[in-house]
Formats: sequence, structure tokens, C-alpha cells
Amino acid sequence: MKLSPMVCALLLAGPAVAQELPHAFVGAKVLPISGPPIEDGVVVVQFGRIRAVGARGSVEVPAGAKVVDVKGKVLMPGLVDTHSHVGGGWGADGSAPIQPSVRMLDAVNCRDAGLQRAQAGGITTLNVMSGSGHLMSGQTIYLKNRDVGTIEEQCYRFADGAPMGGMKMANGTNSQQEAPFPGTRGKSAALVRESFVAAQEYGRKVEAAAGDASKLPPRDLANEALLEVMSGKRIVHHHTHRHDDIVTVLRLSKEFGFRVVLHHVSEAWKVADEIVAAKAPCSLIVIDTPGGKLEAMDFDARSAAELEKRGAPELVGFHTDDWITDSRLFLRSGALAVRAGVTRETALAGLTLNAARMLDLGDRIGSLEPGKDADFLVLSGDPLSVYTHVEQTWVEGAKVFDLSKPEDRLWADGGWGAGLARAGALCCVGEEVK
Amino acid sequence: MKSSFFRVFASLALVLPALAQDLAIKAERIHTVSGAVIENGVVVIKGGKIVAVGTERQVQPPAGVRVLTAKVVTPGLVDAHSVVGLAGYLNQPQDQDQHDPGAPLQPELRAIDAYNARERLVEWVRGFGVTTLHTGHGPQALISGQTLVAKTRGNTVDEAVIVPRAMIAATLGEGSREEGKGKSPGTAGKQIAMLRESLIGAQEYQKKLRAAGDDATKKPDRDLRKEALVDVLERKVPLLVTANRHQDISSALRLGAEFGIQIVLDGAAESYVVLDEIRRARVPVILHPPMARFVGELENASRSTYSKFADAGIPFALQSGFESYVPKTRVVLYEAGVAAAYGLGAEKALRSVTLDAARLLGLEARIGSLEVGKDGDVALYDGDPFEYTTHCIATVIDGVVVFEGSR
Repeated sequence: MKLSPMVCALLLAGPAVAQELPHAFVGAKVLPISGPPIEDGVVVVQFGRIRAVGARGSVEVPAGAKVVDVKGKVLMPGLVDTHSHVGGGWGADGSAPIQPSVRMLDAVNCRDAGLQRAQAGGITTLNVMSGSGHLMSGQTIYLKNRDVGTIEEQCYRFADGAPMGGMKMANGTNSQQEAPFPGTRGKSAALVRESFVAAQEYGRKVEAAAGDASKLPPRDLANEALLEVMSGKRIVHHHTHRHDDIVTVLRLSKEFGFRVVLHHVSEAWKVADEIVAAKAPCSLIVIDTPGGKLEAMDFDARSAAELEKRGAPELVGFHTDDWITDSRLFLRSGALAVRAGVTRETALAGLTLNAARMLDLGDRIGSLEPGKDADFLVLSGDPLSVYTHVEQTWVEGAKVFDLSKPEDRLWADGGWGAGLARAGALCCVGEEVK
Repeated sequence: MKSSFFRVFASLALVLPALAQDLAIKAERIHTVSGAVIENGVVVIKGGKIVAVGTERQVQPPAGVRVLTAKVVTPGLVDAHSVVGLAGYLNQPQDQDQHDPGAPLQPELRAIDAYNARERLVEWVRGFGVTTLHTGHGPQALISGQTLVAKTRGNTVDEAVIVPRAMIAATLGEGSREEGKGKSPGTAGKQIAMLRESLIGAQEYQKKLRAAGDDATKKPDRDLRKEALVDVLERKVPLLVTANRHQDISSALRLGAEFGIQIVLDGAAESYVVLDEIRRARVPVILHPPMARFVGELENASRSTYSKFADAGIPFALQSGFESYVPKTRVVLYEAGVAAAYGLGAEKALRSVTLDAARLLGLEARIGSLEVGKDGDVALYDGDPFEYTTHCIATVIDGVVVFEGSR
């Protein structure tokens, strides 16, 4: 079957097709993140992208645009969750502690209700990954939270067209188990170093072959993935809690030259100087209570403030770790960091632009700027207030969540049937399927 | 040697029970809960009890007493159901005393023999204004044991406890289901059968006790397990039944009716589909935390349940609940805030963690509101207590400042 380019474009765009007609959202308090708040703002979107952002009067509303009155609301970029486990996917299995060839791409259920709860919480981009029971549990996947039928339609892509994601690693107690898993911290680091060294050797052989197929080593998926990590293409997303484990990650990152985002980082406040010196971004978890496991016993929500205090607010990001915290309340993580001393500006950037940069997506999402994806939220009020609700979530100019619709409200509030996987998404262009 | 002795001595001195002192608290807003909100008011505490509450014009802080100030003041929060103090924050075998896996039915396990008054989680929730905890054996066995009510102060259980045996904790559904050959209960039907058999066994024991009268020679051998259940049958202690699926909730109500025992429902995620049954049974409910994970038997849980209970006039309270991982406990202040935001409203949400919780525990004459004669339990905040960015700045229990800071 041959499809016309137009039909292909529609198929790729997903069920709610980005409008050809420009939409102008007028009257909200706009938080562009990349600039100061705009009290009476206008945001114009078209073809799934942001066309213009500014104060009323300073931005031209295109003739024929559909004007949406959002007076009294707050409009901000869609949230970027740098660490989520929604989708029910399992990565590496129990056979070995280091399994870089395993991809979440092949494991996530893109119709999982967790993704719709994430929409209800305003999350438009997620880094979905496997767990921390392995030193390296596989490749993560960066997802655009559209309503789609397949993971292929949902994932971001590298410039070469390959599904985009990072590499999940972990140290500390979660990955310490019976052999062949490591039993100690020293062994954990040694196993990781051996893997990277082996990949370096593999890389040398590939380089020496200089394109001569007869001289190439046999393909090795694990080493290929590790070369992508060492080349900087694939960012390491590293579970780490305790101060000494954090420093170990920085040491390994330096030795092998991989780019790293520190995840959870419960004790970041203890080694904030070292983190700032290494310019290592931190995707912080915010939990209600310290403990629950040994390595989180000294968790303190003031880590974000400690990084900011050292002149490095750009290193602050957050995540849900869903189901550790609830995707529907992701804004709360930033708010509790403010409670613990960080500024509002840094907290909001940590939920959006800083987080986007942790996924190499800072040029495309995370702020309201012309040319960026039209991923944004309409909120009932201050994003950091407990009383505020996400009223609408838009992804690439298409509304994917609307609190005023009972069927969408189910994802936000819960209720009968809320735990079921969504019935379906796109089956036929133009037909909305519930 | 000497220095370490002094260090030990000094640390003991720090944690010795502080004596109740006279205290006044001034605030821009005082939520008495029992009455109207007082703007620019004063609470005066003497000998551990509240002796005056009113506006600054009506009430003057007595000369010479310490005066604390806050933007907003509420009664000390009452967490209607927790496992804190039995479950510790490290989550290691040595600090998890909320569940003994030795047998499915152990109503004789006393919470007073397990409560750690110095547990860090007790100190943690105290820093959010929680002054009273209903805590004890957890929802992990068909009958896991007893619960108690404690103030979040004191170095020993004896100093902390105000009700040594509050309820006996039973659990239906996933929480108490055992897997594997030879293990029970493995099904919902078996769970109820085992509870009924136990209660019938206790009835037989009760009959023998009654028949013996004062004749000690005719009394059956003492049986701690049956004694505890006899007290349930005689309505001296309620059976706290954790049940989340609607069919388990109905089973709990059926059990209560069959034996004439007092049931308190706990969790009750699917309660909104059996509201009429619950109301008819006159059973109070300690509803699941609104931030509990909506998975497993909470997959149909809803954050609109709280307002449905309020509208139906069914007594309920909020709780921090039981968590087996991270976070090891929830904070009832946070939970009430989310309930408030999802339709319950701030006033009712505050009541659900103060006066309504106190009433559910039978302690409304003593705690739960800022009224003359009640315990001097007060929480102080630098703004709307439910706002994410507000801090609890002090907690007072029985007139003693047990926390000062910014949490």
C-alpha cells in the first residue's frame, strides 16, 4: 500500500492532529521559563510548534487564528519527568548485573494507564527506564506523551533516526545481590570498569578496521551501546543515593568520559561542592519522609537549594520515579523543594527546561519559545500551590488531557476503572477512540 | 572514659521529659476547629491544658509566660491510623515490629510492647504538627495485633501512650493473603471463615468464663488470644478492619452484624460504591491517604471519596497509613492538604485530621480542638498549613514545645 505524504504526516502526528489553524491562548499568566513571567500573555501555536510568546499587544494574533480565552489561568511548558517507570516495562533480567543491550523500547506498554495519569499531572515528556536492581539495566527511552498506538510513534529520535534514550545505571545497595551480581561497592565499581574497558578494546578494533568489513570484530550489542555511552550520544542516568556512591559515579564518569545525570541523589546536599565542580546535573527525588531503605536514610529536600546556593541552579531537576511518587502530583516535587529553600524559578526550571537539557532535548522542549514544540499546560493557578489543578495538557499543539471531561477527570482523580490500561488510541485517522 | 560518660549523660538530659510550662501562642489566624476561626487571637496553656482561647482583645498572655507567635495555628494534628513507632525508618528487620509472620491471627500482640517512642519517624511527623498517633500492628495479617494511641512526645512508651489498647487490627484482601501450599488464608472466603471461627471460639470461651462466675476453680485456663477477642465481642475494643475492595468492605460489615461487634473500617478504597451500606451499619471509616499508590486493590481508589463521605454524613478521618517502602510513612498534614484540594475543602480536611480523628478514637473530650480544658496540643505554621510551601514552625504537646524550627 502506498500512502500519500500527507496521510503519512497525519499518521505520524497521532490522533489529535496538530492544527493547521493557528491557536492563540490569550490572557493567562504565562511562565515561559526561559524568561520572566508575563502577566497578561499571549501564546500562539501552529503546526504543533510555538509560533510566538509575549505580552498582550506585543504579539500579533494571526488573522483567522482561533482565540482561546485563558484569563485567570497560568500557562507554562509541559513538565519533563527525567525518571519514570510507567508503562509496566521490565528491562534487564536476573541473568547478569550489566545488560546494556536491553532496550526499554521493547518493553514499555504505551497504552498503560500510567501514561494517562502522567498527562493528568502535566507530564508531556518522560524518560522511562528500568529499575535499579542492576549496575546497568539497559537503555532508557525518551517518550513524548502523545495518545498513540505504538511506542514507535511515541519516542523521541536521535538525529540518525534511532529511538532516543539514555543508559540506566545504579550503584549502592539496590544492585548488590547474590552472584553474579556484586556483593560490595568495590565489586560494583570493578564490574562497571571491566565492562567499559572491554568496550574500549572493542572500539579500538572497530577503529582499526577503518571501515574494512573483513577486519571488523563480530557485532556486539552490549559494546555498541557502551560505545554510544562513551561517545556522549547516550547519557548515563545513574541511580545513586549515598554521598560516597555519588562521588564514585563522578569518578567513573571522569575515567570513561561518559556524560551523566545523577538520579535521586538523596545525599546531594552532603557533596554539593563535588557535584557542582563536576557540573553533574541532578535529577532529584522528593519524598515525604527519609528512610524506607538504608541509602535514603539521610534524604533531605534541601539538596536543590544547596546546588543553587553554589551558583549552579541549572543542575537542578526533578523526577517522579513513578510509582515512588505520583505522576499526577509532579508539580508537588518542585513545590516541596521550594519549601526546603530553593527559589521558585529554579524549581520550575527543574520541572521543565533543566530537565529537558538532562535528556539533550533542551532545544526542542522545556520552555515557551518560538520554534519549540507546543507542549504546555493550562493550570488553575500557581503551579506550586496544593490547590492548583492541571486543567489542560497540550502536546505538540494537540490537547491530550482536559479536566472538564469526565473521562479525563478519571485519570486525575481516580475512580472506577482508573487502573485499567487505556482502551486504545489511534486506530483510524480523525477518529477519536476512548 | 569520663568524656563519654558526660556525653551520654548530656544526651539523656536533653531527652528527659520536659515539664509542662505555662505558654501563650499568638497567631494571625487560629483554627479552633470546634468553633469559628479567630483572627488575631491568643491561646493560653497552663499546666498542660488550654485555659483560654480568644481574640487579642479578649485574651491577654499572662505576664511572664513565654509567648510563641505564628501566622496560623491549628490544634495538634491527630493521625487516625499509622504504624510509625512500630515500623521504623530504616526499614530493616530489626526496626519492623508492626507484623509478626508467625501466625495469621494474633490479637494478643500488644502495641505497648513494641512502640519505640524515640523512633525517628515519630520525631519526623511531630515536626509537621502531628501530636497524636493512633499506631500499632499493621495491615499485613488477618489479625496482626493491637494498636495504641500515643502523643508524639516522651522517651518511653509509658510517657507517650494515652490509650494502651485502642483497637485490634484485622486485614482483608491482599494484605493478609498467604501464598503457597499449607498456608492460610489464601482466599477471601477463607479469611472470613477464619475470623468467624476465631470469634466463635472466643464466644465459647466467654461462655465458660461466665458459667464459672466467681468460682476460680471452674474458670478455663487463661488464653491471651481468646481474652483479646472476648473484649472485641463485648465491645470493649473495636475491630479495625482494613478492607479496600468493595466486596471485602461488605464482608467486614457482615462480620460486624453477625457478632454484634464494633467495626472501624480502614482504607476503604472502593467504599464509594457501598456508601449506603456503610452508613446503615453506622461504621466509622479511616479513609486511605489520598496520595496512597492507586495500584493493586487501590486501583479504583478516588480522591473524590472524601467529599462523598462528607456529603453522605458518614464519620471519617484521614490517616498516614502503612507504607512498606519509600516513603516509609506518609505525613497526615500533606494528605489532608491533597484531600482539601480534591473537593473536600480546607475546613473539613483540617477537621478530618483533628476533631473528627479524635472523635473516631473516642478522645474528643481531650484532644482535637482548641478549647478550654483540652490538652495543650498546638501546631504553629508560617502560612496556610496545607500549602506545599508553608512550614510548620513549632509543635506544642501538653504545653511543652516539642519542636521548633522550619519544616
